[in-house]
Amino acid sequence: MSRLEQRFAELKAEGRSALVTFITAGDPGYDASLQILKGLPAAGADVIELGMPFTDPMADGVAIQLATLRALEAGQTLAKTLQMVREFRVDNQTTPIVLMGYYNPIHRFGVEAFVAQAKAVGVDGLIIVDLPPEHDAELATPAQAAGIDFIRLTTPTTDDVRLPRVLERSSGFVYYVSVAGVTGAGSATTEHVSSAIERLRRHTDLPISVGFGIRTPEQAAAIAKLSEGVVVGSALVDKIANAKTAEQAVGDVLELCSALAQGVRGARKA
Amino acid sequence: MTQTNFRAGPDANGLFGEFGGRYVAETLMPLVLDLAREYEAAKADPAFLEQLAYFQRDYIGRPNPLYFAERLTEHCGGAKIFFKREELNHTGAHKVNNCIGQVLLAKRMGKKRLIAETGAGMHGVATATVAARFGLPCVIYMGATDIERQQANVFRMKLLGAEIVPVTAGTGTLKDAMNEALRDWVTNVDDTFYLIGTVAGPHPYPAMVRDFQSIIGKETREQLQAKEGRLPDSLIACVGGGSNAMGLFHDFLDDASVQIIGVEAGGHGVDTDKHAASLNGGVPGVLHGNRTYLLQDADGQITDAHSISAGLDYPGIGPEHAYLHEVKRVEYVSITDDEALAAFHTTCRLEGIIPALETSHALAEAIKRAPTLPKDHLMVVCLSGRGDKDMQTVMSHMAAQEKQA
Repeated sequence: MSRLEQRFAELKAEGRSALVTFITAGDPGYDASLQILKGLPAAGADVIELGMPFTDPMADGVAIQLATLRALEAGQTLAKTLQMVREFRVDNQTTPIVLMGYYNPIHRFGVEAFVAQAKAVGVDGLIIVDLPPEHDAELATPAQAAGIDFIRLTTPTTDDVRLPRVLERSSGFVYYVSVAGVTGAGSATTEHVSSAIERLRRHTDLPISVGFGIRTPEQAAAIAKLSEGVVVGSALVDKIANAKTAEQAVGDVLELCSALAQGVRGARKA
Repeated sequence: MTQTNFRAGPDANGLFGEFGGRYVAETLMPLVLDLAREYEAAKADPAFLEQLAYFQRDYIGRPNPLYFAERLTEHCGGAKIFFKREELNHTGAHKVNNCIGQVLLAKRMGKKRLIAETGAGMHGVATATVAARFGLPCVIYMGATDIERQQANVFRMKLLGAEIVPVTAGTGTLKDAMNEALRDWVTNVDDTFYLIGTVAGPHPYPAMVRDFQSIIGKETREQLQAKEGRLPDSLIACVGGGSNAMGLFHDFLDDASVQIIGVEAGGHGVDTDKHAASLNGGVPGVLHGNRTYLLQDADGQITDAHSISAGLDYPGIGPEHAYLHEVKRVEYVSITDDEALAAFHTTCRLEGIIPALETSHALAEAIKRAPTLPKDHLMVVCLSGRGDKDMQTVMSHMAAQEKQA
């Protein structure tokens, strides 16, 4: 059983939703970012999405664009992101890590080498924003062959005709992007999320995590009642942007993570 | 050369060889698939084609002339040089050929709002123009650096009623404007038509933009046939994203006797880190919805392009060019900022035509080659745009040179 399957199975038994946290690897610098990464599980993160910085994050809003720039300016590379996961796994074998980003840095690194190293350091899944199922052969197929889950984004524009194609090769969980827009933009109503999840469930048995526009413990709690996972990214990343020092960045991110975790854990599923 | 089907691409997945494709976020996938279906239907619809032909003739002013550049020919003392006069089109460049096609498609699809990215501003002006003509609101994303160096075009767009959104992310040039336009599109999925200005982006854009521009080559073939009774021996066009070049080249790709040359922006030289020559100085990668040659570092981060001409200042190139480069059907060379400026002045003085700085790259290559070729060699240069927009850039460059001297 993969770490993602294991984690979602445990939470199902507990009767609660997962808190999925996103941070950009190397933001605001390698050491502080690693400290945040290592601190997230104790602060209540159940699954960690680790962003691989890319100069041209076309689907991201300002918060994650700036996080990406901070990381790149501090010298982050894909090799260093893999190294971060390796260091994280020294004392954590249970929290799943999903790498999230754009295809070009992986393409440049070499797909074969990337998949082998990602598996070796303990990466559990991949979310590649600009690789739709039409391009599965490039990365999804080799990654899954190596035992790394490939997590699909489904969106308000993914209609019933297209949905089976998108879900066909999904594994780990399904990410529902609750608003048509960039990360960190407006949030969807619970009514919208509720009916969207109902629609997804007709097509898949995988756990469903909902993201985009979720910023507060209250919002997280509301979504946690509906889905198996709640993704928070821009709000955490904003804490780093607003911090005056690296220590403060670490403290503020973990503090918000704890508050979000309380929200999610307090919302027992009906 | 044994292969003769260079015009076959793209395949159903939008691939030219291994280049092209649809590398976009899932939110946009249904939109690009829909666009591909709608475009296929439109180009098979005689009513659509008739409408297109009407606007090409009565609004753009096509066909524009194929002009024998007699004094430049004499000056070079070799090949007979012809200019395909795209700068005489309404709005002053080839860009409007594509914009008319796409706005007609947008209207056909019932879209209510146009968005576009622009570098030098010529595509922005052409988009703002068709938006005004067809009564659609229009938002143009333009890099802050480009707004600074292309103020005349910014003012033109405003006069035409477009909203201009400055983009400060990255280097504030064309690639950043394209990122921002994609972010707008992903946010406004229901009513917005993204009018991409070059032969790049996710399928069907590279093929669709090429098709709308291919009238350049078709007219050239007929006009040269009428003047000289035969095919050209060589074609030369500048390449940023590469839409004027694909427009001129496409009709001739399977005519093996026609030598085809694309000219990239060499900036300070392709051996420096200040150029925009994706084929001569880049490697394959994935950006803005397609696989193509890109300027990037060892970590796969996109690096900044540099060119004196804002329209060529882009770290990628259309995927069909990447393919034509790999199969060696088209030869891609580069011209530096200084060489382009010299050709700009030569063309002004000898032909009474002020070319765009983008176009000056193609002219520089023509001026380099023509003297080495026989007098019966027929060379066609795509005069893709006029240089009025570049006065400020040329003025400051001349002032800087005078200071140095």
